[in-house]
Amino acid sequence: MKPKNIIEKLWDEHVVYQESGKPDLLYIDLHLVHEVTSPQAFEGLRLKDRSVRRPDLTFATMDHNVPTVNRTVINDEVAKTQMTRLDKNCKEFGIELADIHHPDQGIVHVIGPELGLTQPGKTIVCGDSHTSTHGAFGALAFGIGTSEVEHVLATQTLWQSKPKTLQIEVTGKLGFGVTAKDLILGIIAKFGVGSGAGHVIEFTGEAIRNLTMEERMTVCNMSIEAGAKAGIISPDETTFDYLKGKRHVPDGDQFQTAVEKWKSFASDDGASYDKTLQINGSEIEPQVTWGTNPSMGISISSHVPSPDQSTKKSEQEAIQRALAYMGLEGGEKIDEVPIDFVFIGSCTNSRLSDLRAAAEVVKGRKVKDSVTALVVPGSQSVKNQAEEEGLHKIFLDAGFEWRESGCSMCLAMNDDIVPPGKRCASTSNRNFEGRQGNGSRTHLVSPAMAAAAAIEGRFTDVREMMTVVH
Amino acid sequence: MKGIREISGKVFPLDRDHVDTDQIIPKQFLKKIDRQGFGQFLFFHWRYDDDGELRKDFHLDDAKYAGASIIVGGENFGCGSSREHAPWALQDFGFEVVIAPSFADIFYNNCLKNGILPINLEHTEVETLLEKGLRADYSLTVNLEQQTVHDGEGFESTFEIDPYWKQMLLNGWDEISITLSYEEQIEQYEKTRQE
Ligand code: SF4
Repeated sequence: MKPKNIIEKLWDEHVVYQESGKPDLLYIDLHLVHEVTSPQAFEGLRLKDRSVRRPDLTFATMDHNVPTVNRTVINDEVAKTQMTRLDKNCKEFGIELADIHHPDQGIVHVIGPELGLTQPGKTIVCGDSHTSTHGAFGALAFGIGTSEVEHVLATQTLWQSKPKTLQIEVTGKLGFGVTAKDLILGIIAKFGVGSGAGHVIEFTGEAIRNLTMEERMTVCNMSIEAGAKAGIISPDETTFDYLKGKRHVPDGDQFQTAVEKWKSFASDDGASYDKTLQINGSEIEPQVTWGTNPSMGISISSHVPSPDQSTKKSEQEAIQRALAYMGLEGGEKIDEVPIDFVFIGSCTNSRLSDLRAAAEVVKGRKVKDSVTALVVPGSQSVKNQAEEEGLHKIFLDAGFEWRESGCSMCLAMNDDIVPPGKRCASTSNRNFEGRQGNGSRTHLVSPAMAAAAAIEGRFTDVREMMTVVH
Repeated sequence: MKGIREISGKVFPLDRDHVDTDQIIPKQFLKKIDRQGFGQFLFFHWRYDDDGELRKDFHLDDAKYAGASIIVGGENFGCGSSREHAPWALQDFGFEVVIAPSFADIFYNNCLKNGILPINLEHTEVETLLEKGLRADYSLTVNLEQQTVHDGEGFESTFEIDPYWKQMLLNGWDEISITLSYEEQIEQYEKTRQE
């Protein structure tokens, strides 16, 4: 038989109906729901008197606009409406919900894996583009719009055209102090925000195999920022070890049976792809984005580009526009740029290992006076574990704020906003204009780099601070 | 949804690449729980300054573009967040067609599902339209049946669209009712998976 890659295997496994000239009807194994992109979908069902086909394959939480300071006071009336509406919808349609007071509450892409809902071989969708995160487990996971949310609720399927496949092979080993976040930012800086358009990316290679599950999630999370529909990594022992014992994962003999099945989904040796790109992981340095899309990134030892660096008029204009928005001249050293805010959180980097990495840098040091710094754990479970380890004390002692879980300053739909003109070192995934608040200036970095920036009050090469510790 | 056959309308040129959905409809307007009324917030931060005054460097509200129903944009149009509020806002404002050299996947699909026609044209063709669009009253006619775009003064092009979506749009069909007619296949699939 012709060797297949994991994307082709999962696709074929989930086709319910196929007819030439039409997209395929694809079965969906897990549907995650949150408060912002679902109300209109439930409304649509109600208007047509339709029910949810598989409430048992549907799971909801509240994350996008929940307050992170005091859970009992929700100042924003409209946000409150969205939350009460989700509560009502879940009750009416029989869907399990981890609401704002629930111990399982958290960012939807953090809790799916935590609860073991995310598993290899599943098709997973959510009305949120960073659903690609779940691909780290060897699941075919992608974001959908509200009409599609309604469609999945009603039918547990979606009409989808088979995507093209792109292999990104990361050779070599990541250097000291270089994280999964630097890797994915490096990939996007090198290949561009359009490199994955129309494709699902499978990440392969030595550097990927060596990543932990949490690191793999960071990489797959940002596949969407490379323009891809999804990112995926073939499951291996690292995946199975992570899943063992998780609440929704089968146990005992059934676990072994599941593992055998999961293994069969991994890409076959010799599988081919529509396109393959390569990057050497050992050449990547800690990254900082300087502009207003995620491909506008450079390594910490570099200078911010200036418009004359490009010969193309459209590129010059894009650089000019980005520099103007970001309040940068062009040409300055990135490690001399001062910052005002630090945000450690989001579905990219708010898991326990992220908080540990940041705490390691912060320990025994103080946040610069001019900097407002906050840590927003990805879920209540991450928060509790971090507190058991005493990480919250390290952050609080240093002058960080320690919050309840949610999306928070990643998209600033709640009260956590970067004011106009202020500069934020953020571990999130998007640096678009206004993403963290109107006029806010976002620089994407890893948790360790964000921590270092908080201490120094400017971007700084965290490796220098780490050598002291080691 | 009503079907689309032919749309003739004024063009609004938006000569920017990577127009993301955060710009199309900023997040502070996502908190509504119905689908209507998003048009007033379309491109909010590009249209209005911090005092709520119209900005001079963005032209959507210029008199010459009043009533425009075709928006022409740059590469990677609609990238970023999957929010369907983006096509809702475009539609509510009056846009029925989006033309660009390339689109972000989710946005492209979200347009189709809401009865907005996304059209991929060659880069050079889009540049021509962006330039012509600077004129007052520059209009295009889009024919979905024939998959053509023309301006009646020399510009003519054709575009590709998935035949399935073409049918859906021409007829204004509701996708869920169509899928529900495959109930038997879905049930069959669920049965085989369980074994
Ligand atoms: S943390 Fe940010 S990117 Fe992730 S789901 Fe929330 S808003 Fe989206």
